[in-house]
Amino acid sequence: MSKHILSVLVENKPGVLTRVAGLFSRRGFNIDSLAVGETDDPTISRMTIVADAAEHSLEQITKQLYKLVNVLKISDLDPKESVQRELVLMKVNAAPTTRAEIVETANIFRANIVDVSKNTLTLEITGDKDKITALEDLLKPYGIKEFVRTGLIALSRGRLGEG
Amino acid sequence: MKMTGAEALVKTLEKEGVEVIFGYPGGVALPIYDALFDSKKIHHVLVRHEQCAAHAADGYARATGRVGVCMATSGPGATNLVTGIANAYMDSIPIVVFTAQVATTVIGTDAFQEADITGITLPITKHNFLVKDVRQLPTIIRQAFELARSGRPGPVLIDVPVDISRGELEYKYPEEVSVPGYKPTYKGHAKQIKQAARVVAEAKKPMIYAGGGIIRSNASAELKALAELTDTPVTTTLMGKGGFPDSHPLALRMPGMHGTRYANYAFCDTDLIVAVGVRFDDRVTGKVSTFAPNAKIIHIDIDPAEIGKIMEVFIPIVGDAKLVLKELVEAVKKEPEIANKTAWLEKIAEWKNAYPLHYHRDTICKPEFVVETINELIKGKDAVVTTGVGQNQMWAAHYIDAETPRSFISSGGLGTMGFGLPAAVGAQIGRPDSIVIDIDGDGSIQMVSQELATVAYNKLPIVICVLNNGYLGMVRQWQELFYKRRYSAVDLAVGTPDFVKLAEAYGIKGRRVIDPKDVRPGLEEAIKARKPALIEFVVEREECVFPMVAPGASIDEMLGGIPGAPISQMIEEEEEANV
Repeated sequence: MSKHILSVLVENKPGVLTRVAGLFSRRGFNIDSLAVGETDDPTISRMTIVADAAEHSLEQITKQLYKLVNVLKISDLDPKESVQRELVLMKVNAAPTTRAEIVETANIFRANIVDVSKNTLTLEITGDKDKITALEDLLKPYGIKEFVRTGLIALSRGRLGEG
Repeated sequence: MKMTGAEALVKTLEKEGVEVIFGYPGGVALPIYDALFDSKKIHHVLVRHEQCAAHAADGYARATGRVGVCMATSGPGATNLVTGIANAYMDSIPIVVFTAQVATTVIGTDAFQEADITGITLPITKHNFLVKDVRQLPTIIRQAFELARSGRPGPVLIDVPVDISRGELEYKYPEEVSVPGYKPTYKGHAKQIKQAARVVAEAKKPMIYAGGGIIRSNASAELKALAELTDTPVTTTLMGKGGFPDSHPLALRMPGMHGTRYANYAFCDTDLIVAVGVRFDDRVTGKVSTFAPNAKIIHIDIDPAEIGKIMEVFIPIVGDAKLVLKELVEAVKKEPEIANKTAWLEKIAEWKNAYPLHYHRDTICKPEFVVETINELIKGKDAVVTTGVGQNQMWAAHYIDAETPRSFISSGGLGTMGFGLPAAVGAQIGRPDSIVIDIDGDGSIQMVSQELATVAYNKLPIVICVLNNGYLGMVRQWQELFYKRRYSAVDLAVGTPDFVKLAEAYGIKGRRVIDPKDVRPGLEEAIKARKPALIEFVVEREECVFPMVAPGASIDEMLGGIPGAPISQMIEEEEEANV
């Protein structure tokens, strides 16, 4: 089993997400994360699906996905040949004594403080998985009250000489 | 030209060449039924349960090769279609299903007779549509037909809210339609076909494993050409029955769980399987790890997802069976030499000789004898046999010689009891001049016996043959063989209606046959009369279908099917041998 990042272009129509997600569960494949949104062409959406699958199963799920009429194109992104990002918001306990430390840590990670209250700070961070996990580990001792991630999004890298 | 959505729907179907719709009306379907009332080109056949509308459309499609159309109202009408849609999906049958829906303004509010039918049928349709703008309706209908019949065929559902069918549009028939993101591959890869030709020419013990894809793509002539050119025996699955003549010297008939011993033994010995329009179903392969251990596989299928799904494939060829086989035949002809098959064909002849399909004749009416007699009476005639599901179906597969495509219609993938009668209705309406025979079981037919009304009303000259053993016979057989004869919930003897009276209650000629002597005259008379007929054959209660492979076993571990040996003794001997 290994992680695969599938980048799937689909028609931007109601019910397409259900069709894709339903296919995964129906055929017994697990989705680690799924992010979806409109592309520059409003009639087309891009889904980025991270799934754990053996090579044979991946081939099968790709073929099954292609059979969905609304699916236009599927690419299996090579982690080395693609850029991947995820956005995370985390609300961390911040007492007056710890607030400065947290802000400093956030700065090192180029995380933004997007909300402040008497007892909490909410941080926004983007990056790859490792970076996010590192920050999460550092902030855990303060107490993470709430945590949300968008799921991975990814694009293949531009080739040298590509215009 | 201004018209309502319902009128546009009917008009588009007329342009599509639809001649018949199997359906059942209801509240929100009223505008469509009102528009249908004026159509001179489309005949509506009123079924008595929506499930049978879908089955009839399915049977119509299988018998004619055209797209079948069925229709029901929202809510319960739509949900009743579900089994029929799933059945068509599993066997890749092109049908277009219309369901009426509550108005778009109340969708999602649990309105009266509302069901999310596009949601429900998501996994059992090739595609489905919920129409939200009346102007899109004609295009959607055209797309639905295109999707249903092209590529790997399948059911497509269109859900039409009542305000859409009542709404108005400026009608223009969409001459050209395209479906973005849908492009089936028809032509096989030239290099792979060439490679395949080499392998086919060199194989010493090849066999062809042909399925429903042969029928769906009208490839039987090409299949025969390949088999005869290379002296390759052909096994046809239940879905492929008729795709290659059962009486052909190279025919191995059906493989698998209730396949012939010679087909299964061939699988175990062959060095090359040319698989065409098949999907290596578990009922064919038995235990996959021991299936065809010595064989390379060439797999030809229009659906890339079927290739490599179950078995590792040596040469995959994605494409239409007819086109690919045609090119393959041409490519094989160019090979310098085709291997001699004498030894292989002799071996197969030995198996055929030692293990023919057989049963023990008796003074009690044997179901096999009934089917055999039906086969003799329809031989050489334009006939279609439909079946229920269970023992009746397997006996039909064994003892009917299907010589031409679309002459044998059965529910394969889903195994839907009750399919036989409504499928016969669809087949007879699609082919009014053909003899249509429904070989059914007492269990199967009781699931759909209300359709006798449809048969009677439309005066369909179907000969309904009920093999009545008073049991859910196939389940009973499994209980006999694998559950120590604990016959749990399978005895139908008490409570089964008097079938003769049941037929007569619908105005259909009924007849009961008990003595084997009466089998032939009874059938002859019914077939000749060209009127609806039901014949109940009171058959041996505990007859089993043999040969049989136990579920999960390898396909060469077969029970039964050896002439001369009493079944029970034989099974014991085989079980010992297999330990």
